[in-house]
Amino acid sequence: MNAGVDPVALDALDRRLLDEFQSGFPLSPRPYAAIAEALGTDEATVIERVRRLKEAGCISRIGAVLPAGRFGASTLAAMAVPSERLEEVAALVGAFPEVNHNYEREHRFNLWFVVAAASRSRIDAVLREINERTGLPVLDLPLCKAFHIDLGFRLEWTSPTKTAAS
Amino acid sequence: MDLSDEDRRLLAALEAGLEAVPRPYAALGRRAGLSEEETIARLKRLVADGVVRRLGIVVRHHELGYGANAMVVWDVPDELLEEAGVRLAALSFVTLCYSRPRRLPEWRYNLFTMIHGRDREVVRAAVEEAARAAALTDIAREVLFSRRRFKQEGARYFPTEAAA
Repeated sequence: MNAGVDPVALDALDRRLLDEFQSGFPLSPRPYAAIAEALGTDEATVIERVRRLKEAGCISRIGAVLPAGRFGASTLAAMAVPSERLEEVAALVGAFPEVNHNYEREHRFNLWFVVAAASRSRIDAVLREINERTGLPVLDLPLCKAFHIDLGFRLEWTSPTKTAAS
Repeated sequence: MDLSDEDRRLLAALEAGLEAVPRPYAALGRRAGLSEEETIARLKRLVADGVVRRLGIVVRHHELGYGANAMVVWDVPDELLEEAGVRLAALSFVTLCYSRPRRLPEWRYNLFTMIHGRDREVVRAAVEEAARAAALTDIAREVLFSRRRFKQEGARYFPTEAAA
């Protein structure tokens, strides 16, 4: 994983930016100016902060989150990969543009990834190809029902004087 | 609700994210073949109609100090699944809550939740709290901590000609 940024290295402006604009991003011609006004700073500063937080990997992207299962097709897939083959198989899996999350997890099923595409037939083709090229079975766990509505993630900031995270 | 070709082009162009430039909707519109004004108007409607659940910053937990993340899976009797799902989803520290099919005999779990925390102890305590809150303390579960992240990006449901 990337080294990341120590959360205490983010200042109050970074934190408010990350906390307050996970939804309701301004839909006006100059959204960063609107954010700047809300945060009491100027547009150039906000743009610079966004660029920096993107480079640091804190911001994945600024974009639209669509309801799970509303468009196209997706599935969660899992494989039990012999440990000596894990990097090779993870690289093969990750090379598919349809694969967007790909994690090693501590379990007999140690490789977990999400496959998303315009159609279920494309998902089937990707899973079949992964199976054929690795010789390993792939567990296909498509979404049945989403109980959670993604409204963003409430960040609980730690600081040097306040260490309790929960 | 069916999406127009313009909406699909717009959502496809947006999958790469909004740029950090003064007029990002003008830049997005150029990629989708739409004016800035039309881009903003269409996005407003897509948000209002619920086609877009939220428009905004998508954070990466790990980089923000959430060093531990676990996929917690539960083997919930079918008749209890709905209530358990609703209860788990209501917890602030549960970031995803989905039901998925069992694949017996390899895989018995049908309810999936994602829990992020500063460290593993925080996550383990949250799992216990979740089990109590959803009346699942006697239900079989496993906690799958992530070890390495090989890839994390947004889903691409609207392939552009170049990507397809």
